[in-house]
Amino acid sequence: MKRLLCLATAAATLGLAGPAWAEVTLNALFMSQAAYSEADIKAMTADFEKANPGIKVALEFVPYEALHDKIVAAAGAGADGYDVVLFDVIWPAEFATRGFLQDVTARIPADATDKIFEGAWTTVEYSGKRYGMPWILDTKYLFYNEDMLKQAGFANPPKTWAELATQARAIKDKGIVQYPLVWSWSQAEAMICDFTTLTAAHDGKFFVEGKPAFTAGGARDALAYMKQTLEDGLTNPASREYLEEDVRRVFSNGEAAFALNWTYMNALANNPAESKVAGKVKVTSAPGVEGKSGAAGVNGSMGLGIPANSPHADEAWTYIAHLTNQSVQESYSRLSLPIWKASYDNPKVAEGQEGLIAAARQSIAVMYPRPLVPAYTEVSDILQKNLHKALLGETGVDDALAAAAQRVERIR
Amino acid sequence: MFGRRQIREKWMLLVPAMAVLGVITLAPLVNTLWLSFTDAKITAIATPVNLIGLENYIYALTDPDFQDALWRTLYFTGVSVGLEVALGIAIALLLNQEFRGRTLLRALIILPWAVPTIVNAVAWRLIYHPEYGALNSLLFQLGFISSYQSWIGSPALALNMVILADVWKNFPLVVYVALAALQTVPGDLLKAAAIEGAGPWKRFCAITLPWIAGPLLVVVVLRTIEAFRVFDIVYAMTGGGPADSTKTASFYVYQEYFNYLRSGSGASYAVLIAGISAVLILAYYAAARRQDQGGRA
Repeated sequence: MKRLLCLATAAATLGLAGPAWAEVTLNALFMSQAAYSEADIKAMTADFEKANPGIKVALEFVPYEALHDKIVAAAGAGADGYDVVLFDVIWPAEFATRGFLQDVTARIPADATDKIFEGAWTTVEYSGKRYGMPWILDTKYLFYNEDMLKQAGFANPPKTWAELATQARAIKDKGIVQYPLVWSWSQAEAMICDFTTLTAAHDGKFFVEGKPAFTAGGARDALAYMKQTLEDGLTNPASREYLEEDVRRVFSNGEAAFALNWTYMNALANNPAESKVAGKVKVTSAPGVEGKSGAAGVNGSMGLGIPANSPHADEAWTYIAHLTNQSVQESYSRLSLPIWKASYDNPKVAEGQEGLIAAARQSIAVMYPRPLVPAYTEVSDILQKNLHKALLGETGVDDALAAAAQRVERIR
Repeated sequence: MFGRRQIREKWMLLVPAMAVLGVITLAPLVNTLWLSFTDAKITAIATPVNLIGLENYIYALTDPDFQDALWRTLYFTGVSVGLEVALGIAIALLLNQEFRGRTLLRALIILPWAVPTIVNAVAWRLIYHPEYGALNSLLFQLGFISSYQSWIGSPALALNMVILADVWKNFPLVVYVALAALQTVPGDLLKAAAIEGAGPWKRFCAITLPWIAGPLLVVVVLRTIEAFRVFDIVYAMTGGGPADSTKTASFYVYQEYFNYLRSGSGASYAVLIAGISAVLILAYYAAARRQDQGGRA
């Protein structure tokens, strides 16, 4: 009996101390803008911790612009680096060739492949392997102020970019708003996303057989269109120093009729606390070009991966599986839409955002990738600088693109 | 002369300081120099590092964009340090006068310097905002501009606007150094000069300025080094845009390292920038020395 008591005491002690020994703290890196809000991510994480008592998650939020460098810099931190990182669709090629992310192909259930959109998978794939789970399935949509369109005599939003320019011209001429269009055209990745959307609409190509192909065809037409809207006074000239949040503010302030932005703007531009035009904002797919495309989109998705130096890969995967789980994604679908095809038929997801879901069905099918090359960051920097020169009127469209192509050839 | 024991003691006292310097300054410096001659890359996969001689330096120096960035950085350094010194001395002279509220003003003037650079950059970005910025509002209401301007969105203006923000943040340092130095200028000398008929400007140039030149040189050297490797304020305000018009030389170090993951190439840019800073500083000291000798002769 005494012995039994002794054992029971020992077991109780062990029982108490047990979770403390086994407890693992995951360091997770997220961004603090667009898509899921910090509050959403904290709530999802709290649910996860409740369901997995041995695992705690330390969250870190940084601006999108700092995400890449944080992941790279932490690669040298050994076991003290991150266990889960949010990464952009443009980085898997680079991260895979450098060995920054773990190959998680074997962890993904085989039946997931068909249940998730193909565009989402390209976010995490490089040469046949998967380096994470897609999480944020995003593309740029066309937001429009229905009131302004009606005032100018238009019952429907534009289906083509040419039609959009015509509507914008009428809105401007009627004095409804000084600059009908607002974009995120500061010298940053945001501008490349708009450029890619237009390039896709014009059926353009960035590279053909590894050589720059953006100096002619659809990519050239895209830049020419961007420049023309500035010259015609349709685009707000301050767009050239705006990021997505500026676009959202200007549009929500009723100072623009059209804006290209990510999913998250739908909920915020229709929220009276955030927007003066709440209730008047409608969303549709980015337009196409007659004879070339019916709609356009840029693949702006993001995935969750496990850095190569994480000592807690199994726990990290449990966390990723939770965040990317269909029911979790459906519960938080106001700011970011699920990666799961079936979610789009779930009335709960569509409720109150039917317009967005309808646009998403069309846009997700046509999402166009930015150049899938390991040197993407450098290619993008070169394009940013030269496109910006053209948009600022320092060079012509052809000179700008030729200069960019020449500089791309110099990449080591 | 020192005895042998004293020499040994001297070395023993110096060793800790030298060890710390060796670890935190010399070792990284040597490592950076070595890296700059290699094709090292940032990667989590073991990859051989090859010595490639001067290739990185040739690549950097033959890049017209980097050459532009160097000139831009020199412009930034010259204008911002020049303005900071001029403004700093002028305000220090003012604060050196007797007036009511002087102590309060002396305390207040340090505030901009106490603001973290990133906070300063974000604050100025808001001030310059093309639609909601305070600068547009102020100039518009005063009637100086007829419509709102794009301050950091225009390639012709952007760098100057960043300089303005940098000057606002850093001139208090010059004020404090100049003010401390001004308090050592002998009042008798100034009075004597005034009696001899020297006007205020003459007194300033012949007595005050040479007297405070030593301490000023220190702060000018400090500010020059900092200004030449400027990065954070530009990164937060403009990210190098519009159309690269605010991209300074340090951007290349950052870009090569963290964006393009070429540590060897990044190191060569770092060495180049450090080298040019060293030349600038040597030039200051040479000029100061010449002036010093000229003064004595």
